[in-house]
Amino acid sequence: MAITTTIVPTAGPVAGSRSFLSRLREGDEIARMITFLFAASVVLVTVLLVFELWQGSVLARHKFGFNFFHTSVWDPIFEQFGALPFIYGTLVTAAVALLIAVPLGIGAAIFLAELAPARVSDTLEFFIDLLAAVPSVIYGVLGVFIIVPLMRQYVHPALKHSLGFLPLFQGPAYGVGFLTAGIVLAIMVIPYIISVSREVLLSVPRDQREAALSLGATRWESTWKVVVPFARAGIFGSIFLALARALGETMAVTMVIGNTPTISASLLSPGYSIAAVIANEFTEATGELHTQSLIELGLVLFILTFLLNGFARLLIVATSKRGSGARA
Amino acid sequence: MSLRLRWRKFVSGFMLTMTGVCALVAVSVLFLILGYLAIHGGASVNWNFFTKLPVPVGETGGGMANAILGSAKMLLLATLFGVPIGFFGAIYLAEFSGSTTAFFVRYAADLLNGVPSIVIGIFAYSLVVHPFRQYSTLAGGFALGLMMIPITLRSTEEFLRGVPNPLREAAMALGASKWKTIATVIVPAAYRGILTAILLAFARVAGETAPLLFTALGNQFWSPGWTHPTASLPVMIYTYALAPYDDWHRQAWAAGLVLLVLILVINIVARAILSRGIAVPRS
Amino acid sequence: MKRIAGMLLVVLTVAGVLWADSALSITGAGATFPYPMYSKWFDEYHKKNSNLEINYQSIGSGGGIKQVTEGTVDFGATDGPMNDDQLKAYQDKHGFGILHFPTVLGADVPAYNIPGVTAELNFTQDAIAGIFLGKITKWNDPAIAGPNKGVNLPANDIVVVHRSEGSGTTYIWTDYLSKVSEEWKTKVGKGASVNWPVGLGAKGNESVAGTIKNTPDSFGYVELIYAIQNNMPYGRVRNSSGVFVKADLASVTAAAAGAAKSMPDDFRVSITDAPGKTAYPISSFTWLLVPAKFSDATKRDAIKGFVKWMLADGQNYTEALSYAKLPKEVVAKELKALNNVQ
Repeated sequence: MAITTTIVPTAGPVAGSRSFLSRLREGDEIARMITFLFAASVVLVTVLLVFELWQGSVLARHKFGFNFFHTSVWDPIFEQFGALPFIYGTLVTAAVALLIAVPLGIGAAIFLAELAPARVSDTLEFFIDLLAAVPSVIYGVLGVFIIVPLMRQYVHPALKHSLGFLPLFQGPAYGVGFLTAGIVLAIMVIPYIISVSREVLLSVPRDQREAALSLGATRWESTWKVVVPFARAGIFGSIFLALARALGETMAVTMVIGNTPTISASLLSPGYSIAAVIANEFTEATGELHTQSLIELGLVLFILTFLLNGFARLLIVATSKRGSGARA
Repeated sequence: MSLRLRWRKFVSGFMLTMTGVCALVAVSVLFLILGYLAIHGGASVNWNFFTKLPVPVGETGGGMANAILGSAKMLLLATLFGVPIGFFGAIYLAEFSGSTTAFFVRYAADLLNGVPSIVIGIFAYSLVVHPFRQYSTLAGGFALGLMMIPITLRSTEEFLRGVPNPLREAAMALGASKWKTIATVIVPAAYRGILTAILLAFARVAGETAPLLFTALGNQFWSPGWTHPTASLPVMIYTYALAPYDDWHRQAWAAGLVLLVLILVINIVARAILSRGIAVPRS
Repeated sequence: MKRIAGMLLVVLTVAGVLWADSALSITGAGATFPYPMYSKWFDEYHKKNSNLEINYQSIGSGGGIKQVTEGTVDFGATDGPMNDDQLKAYQDKHGFGILHFPTVLGADVPAYNIPGVTAELNFTQDAIAGIFLGKITKWNDPAIAGPNKGVNLPANDIVVVHRSEGSGTTYIWTDYLSKVSEEWKTKVGKGASVNWPVGLGAKGNESVAGTIKNTPDSFGYVELIYAIQNNMPYGRVRNSSGVFVKADLASVTAAAAGAAKSMPDDFRVSITDAPGKTAYPISSFTWLLVPAKFSDATKRDAIKGFVKWMLADGQNYTEALSYAKLPKEVVAKELKALNNVQ
């Protein structure tokens, strides 16, 4: 090694200008190739995953075509598979979750980014990060033993009593169902919304706030009418990120949604989600078509989360660029 | 003060208070979770829980020793499989690659990161379980390892990029080859960050349940070697919580407490490692 | 570098130790209906044969059939016998057949949780079918209240609970409903998982029982032992002779009496809605699914050894868990059939 290095300096310190042979001798090319193999394997695994999902669902896709998405009979005996109830359940629970999580999450993010002193903000953010680390199955356990009984005894009857005239709150109080799953999901995605929104809010340049305040705006007005709109794209990004996470969530939802493929306007009704039906039926789908239909559901889930994640990232990157651009 | 101004001040104060309430509610959830688990699980975490095998259905007693070992074995495999790929892949991205390759690798990693865990389960089943006709520790470890790759890769890359360029240039100016620079200067400089990233990835998959349902299955005995079905803590929590037996509920709470404490401790340690180092980059 | 090498060393040592464990491990999966029985048996058998671990996972009968067909487990277990298509699929895939071995008899019971009602309810065929078809929705419906004079049934909605995954318990239940209700037969049919007209899904007998226990005004079906272990009330069912019968060892054994004498060679037989005044109408055998050929002789011998033990000593454990013993004729026939496992 010592010998090589005494020769090389004439070529200058920049790697690119060394000859291929000298780089090979020093091991740079080998290191490059080895690390390249590792990096390439990431791409390979991902491609393989998409391929397996696509290949594994070929029969179902050909047999049902587009009907798969808008028919609602899921009948393993007569081999009829329509995914609408699962898609519906997934979307409804995610919507309920966002309805709760978005105002709470953004409110908390505003507090952390705009009001709280840095020390308090960092401490709270630390707890929020820990909250994001709680595994799904633990939310499921708390859902089953704490939230479901609460919903059955108090929340469902109260909703039926006060808002029972709405089609949203009909039917018997099972405790499990769309609403319960939505609430559990909301608790699970709030940390994501808070963390990312706080980050984008913090990236809004200081002078934006000062300008608003100097024009006589109250603190809230400067926050709500100047800072938040500035960070709007990034906040939407955090919401899409949360949505992607909510759609793919499996264990907690399986444990509290009721596992019944129904399409009902009532949020109190039990339902089913894509991830939950895969978890319940994948190991036991006897017919080839049944298995393939489940894999197709996996594919649908994959595509949905892929689109949402991509969109979210774009929005978040755009906001932080805008923030740093304005600062410069 | 005009009425209007007073009103605006009131709205401002009110809304700002509300944001504080939101933050309080969000954070208190963590303590509620910890509190419930401590109350219901605390009394059930005993020596048997860590040393005994599960007893036949409906009988009282027993523990989850096999599930704890099963989880440990799968996490070990996951780390051995996921971390090298993520780590060396990140070195390639940060130090060697051109922008087009880097784009594809990063894109693939982000894609993989977003894949719902249940879909990872399907993938591991069709790639490992189905061809070898065997549910196994190996398959479970593979599924978890897969989930560790993107997290390790993306954060390691960020930390490597965080190493100031002058350090690189100084090493190269002294005549060190590129790989030597990476091994002796860049990686050690980003050491804390990388360790944090690996710990966080580990904590994230330690609680994963869905990918194990179709890969590790379960086992009421010890699972010998690597090629047999194995019990795991998260799956045990799932099945025990849904069963009708009070004694199983008690154990599910206990297992939940153990799992959560483990994960939170890893998270706290990971952040403590960083606390006096570089700031955590967010992906 | 040294640290990494050291860590690797530790890892490999641990791996070696774990690998060296010489216990033979066999995996089976399937029915949850006999799970309490099987988990007891495999535990006892392991105590007698410490180097043999038979790992049984209760993933549902549908799962048992699928996984044994895929070859991912060594044996399966089911409460609904495999149908001809499934047998043919197995034969086509492996080049040899699969055998059914009855292990015990059990019963599906209609379990309920009605606050304030502790009486044992009587259920007619029409009441059960009506509830599961979604036609009877209140507990005080005349179809339920009729045969339960003197019980104060509430006007609450019935929360129907069924299995969410492919299940032999469901097979037995729907097989029974198809026999007693023409409408059920044409609209829903029998099978391990069906397109349910109403109700909540829960995974496994364990969690159906859990859901009923946790949900007021609920009604569902579970294997007898799950109701007993959990102190859940369950009702009598009217049999084909018009008598309301409670599920117990005697009434389940009575249901099997006819089938025991005319057991087909492949043991696939349904005993729901069996004749006889004392017969409980929602009874069934439950089966192990054992491949006819094993490439691994030690595994084969271990499984055959277990089945032999199960047919002899194993039967003594059944009644403590409220499963009925196999009739003697069936045991003799099974011992003969065991020779077909090669």
